[in-house]
Amino acid sequence: MIQIDELHKSYRMGSNSLHVLKGINLDIKEGEFVSIMGSSGSGKSTLLNIIGMLDEAEKGSYVLDGVPIKNLSEKKAAVYRNKFLGFIFQSFNLINYKNAMENVALPLYYQGLSRKLRKEKALYYLEKVGLADWAHHLPSELSGGQKQRVAIARALASEPKVLLADEPTGALDTQTSYEVMEFLQGINDEGKTILVVTHEHDIADMTKRIVKLKDGKIVEDKFVEQVRASQYV
Amino acid sequence: MRFIFTRDTWQEIFGSIRKNKLRTAITIIGVFWGILLFIGLQGAAKGMENGFEANFKGMATNSIFLWGQQTGIPYGGFNRNRSVRIELGDTYRIANQIEGVQFVAPRNAKGIFDGAPPLVVNNLKSGNYKVFGDYPVIDKVSKKKIREGRFLNQKDIDEKRKICVIGERIQTELFAKGENPVGKYIKISNMYFQVVGVYKRNNTDFFEGDNSIFIPFTTFKKVFNTGNRIGWMVIAGYPDEDIVAIEEKTKALLKRRYSVHPDDERAFGAANLGEMFGKITGFVKGLKFTALIVGIATILAGVIAIGNILLITVKERTKEIGIRRALGATPGEIRGQIVLESVFLTLVAGILGMIVGGLLLSSLNNVAKDLDDFPFVNPTVSLEYIAMAIALMVVLGTLIGLIPAQRAVSVRPIEALREE
Ligand SMILES: Nc1ncnc2c1ncn2[C@@H]1O[C@H](COP(=O)(O)OP(=O)(O)OP(=O)(O)O)[C@@H](O)[C@H]1O
Ligand SMILES: [Mg+2]
Repeated sequence: MIQIDELHKSYRMGSNSLHVLKGINLDIKEGEFVSIMGSSGSGKSTLLNIIGMLDEAEKGSYVLDGVPIKNLSEKKAAVYRNKFLGFIFQSFNLINYKNAMENVALPLYYQGLSRKLRKEKALYYLEKVGLADWAHHLPSELSGGQKQRVAIARALASEPKVLLADEPTGALDTQTSYEVMEFLQGINDEGKTILVVTHEHDIADMTKRIVKLKDGKIVEDKFVEQVRASQYV
Repeated sequence: MRFIFTRDTWQEIFGSIRKNKLRTAITIIGVFWGILLFIGLQGAAKGMENGFEANFKGMATNSIFLWGQQTGIPYGGFNRNRSVRIELGDTYRIANQIEGVQFVAPRNAKGIFDGAPPLVVNNLKSGNYKVFGDYPVIDKVSKKKIREGRFLNQKDIDEKRKICVIGERIQTELFAKGENPVGKYIKISNMYFQVVGVYKRNNTDFFEGDNSIFIPFTTFKKVFNTGNRIGWMVIAGYPDEDIVAIEEKTKALLKRRYSVHPDDERAFGAANLGEMFGKITGFVKGLKFTALIVGIATILAGVIAIGNILLITVKERTKEIGIRRALGATPGEIRGQIVLESVFLTLVAGILGMIVGGLLLSSLNNVAKDLDDFPFVNPTVSLEYIAMAIALMVVLGTLIGLIPAQRAVSVRPIEALREE
C-alpha cells in the first residue's frame, strides 16, 4: 500500500537547513496497523505529513497504492487526499460552526456526492462511532473523546485506503484514549490500513507494528502482538 | 462554473455567512449605501427631468420671443434711440428665409407692455384684463387647456370675428356661478365680443395666467388700430435646430431691414427659451452624470470594503481552510467559494440598497405630488442603469473577491493546519 524509499526532507530556515528525515525506507502492506514512535522532534509528524501529501519530500520516492506521489499540483494533491486518505488530528480539527453530521459529511461534499447520499453516509459513520444521537450537536457541545470520534467518523466517511492519525489520543485521558483505540482496532479488523503517530507505549502496543524514528532515521521496525483495547474499556 | 448553481455551494456560503452575522452586516453596509445613493440620485434626477418635461408639455421649448426696442448706435442716417417696431410682414420673411424655423407667431397685447388692461364688462360686473391678439398657431407655442367651447381658429382670423376666449378667473369674476359663458357677449373696451371658449390655467404660459382674453389677431388690429405693427413674435425652431443660430440670423435679417447697425445689440430684444431649456436639460444631464459618478465611486468603495473584510475573515479562517484542503478541497473550490461569497454579499447589499432606494423615491414622489409647482414627477431609475449597477457589482465583487481568495490558497494546507 505504501512504499517509501530513501526519503529525505529538510527545512530551510534562513541560511540554515535542518535535515529532518535522512533516508527513510518503509513498506506498509494493505491492512497493516502501524505506530510511529520516537522522541519529540525526531520527524514523526514530518513523515506522516509527507505520506498525507500535505508536505513534499525532497529526495526519495513514495508510492501510494501504486501511484507515485511526486510533484503533485495542489489540485491533484487535494483530489488524492480526498480519495486515498483519511486524517485524524491531535486537536480534532472539526469545523466549529458545523454540527457533527455536517463535519462528517464535508469530505463527501468535496467528493461530489449528492446531499442525500452524504447525509446517509455521515449518519452511518456516526452510528459506527456510537454518536448517532449527537449528529446535530456542534463540536463545542461534545467532549474531547466524542470530538475525536466525530473526527474518526469523518476520516472514515470518504472510505480512504489509508487512515493517518497524528497523536490521535494526545489530547485525551487514558480511558478515552483506549476507547478511541478500540474504534481504530475495529476499523483495522475490517481491513483498513492505519498509521498512528504516538508517544505512548500502551497506545503503540495496541497496533500491530511499531516503527521507531530517531534523528530522522528508522532505528527499529518490529511487528508486535496486538493488545486489544476492549479489555481496558 | 456549474458549482455556482448547486445547492451545496450555497449551503457552504450561507454557513460561513451565518457564522458571523455582525461581520456580514458591517461588510455589506458600504455597498448598500453606494447603491442607495446611486438609485436615490439617479431617481431624483429622473424625477426632476420628468417634472420639467411635464411642466413644459405642449410647449414649443425650442423658441425665441423677439420684439423691437430702440437703437443703440446711430446708423444709416438715423440717430440713436430710434424706436424700431417690427411688423407683421417680418414674420413671413423670417418664416420663409431663416432655415430651421418651424413657424412664427406674431402677437399683440393690451395691458402688459404698454397701457392699462382694458375694461371688460358683463352686465353689472366688470374688471380690467389683458387682451391678446393672436393667431391660432399660438396654441402650438403653449398649449391652451380649453375647458369650455373652443380656441381661436383660422375662420375667426379670416372674418375678423369679434369673438374671444377668456380665462377661467374672468368667468368666475364676471359670470354667475354655474353660468356657461360660451355664447354670451361681453364688452371689451366698449365693444361687444362673443365668448367662444374658456381656458384653464396652464403653468407653461408666460403672460396669460388665467385672467386674459384672446381675440383674433386681425380683429385686434382692427379694433385697436395697430396697423401692421406687432408687439412681439414667437419664433419656433424645429426641435433639433440650433435656436441660438436662428436668433442670430433673425436679428441680422431684421437689422438689414430696419437699417440697424450690424453690431447694435439694443435694437431688438429677445428671450431665447431654447437656450434656457437647453440649460435646464443640461443641468438635469449634469445631475444625472454626477449621480452616476458618485454612485459608482461609492459602490467601488463599498466593494473594496467587502474585499477588505473578506481578507480579514480569510485570515481568521486560515485553519478552517486548511482543514477543508486536508479533506480534499481543491484550491479552485476554495477560491470559488470566497469569490462567490464576495459576489453574493455585494449583490445582497446592492439589492437591499435598490429596494430601500426604491421605497425612498416612491415616498419622495408622494410628497412631491402635493407640492404643485415642484418639478418632480415619477422618479425612476431605468432598467439599463439597474442592470448596469448589478453587472458592476458582480464584476467588482468578483475582482475584489479574487484577492482574499488568492490569499486563502496561498497558505499551504500544512501551515494552515498548524495555525492556532
Ligand atoms: N515548517 C517547519 N519549518 C521548520 N522546521 C520545522 C517545520 N516543521 C517541523 N520542523 C522541525 O522539524 C523537526 C521535526 O519535526 P516534527 O514535527 O516532524 O517532529 P515530531 O517527531 O512530530 O515531534 P513531536 O513529537 O513533538 O510532535 C523539528 O525539529 C521541528 O522543529
Ligand atoms: Mg508531531
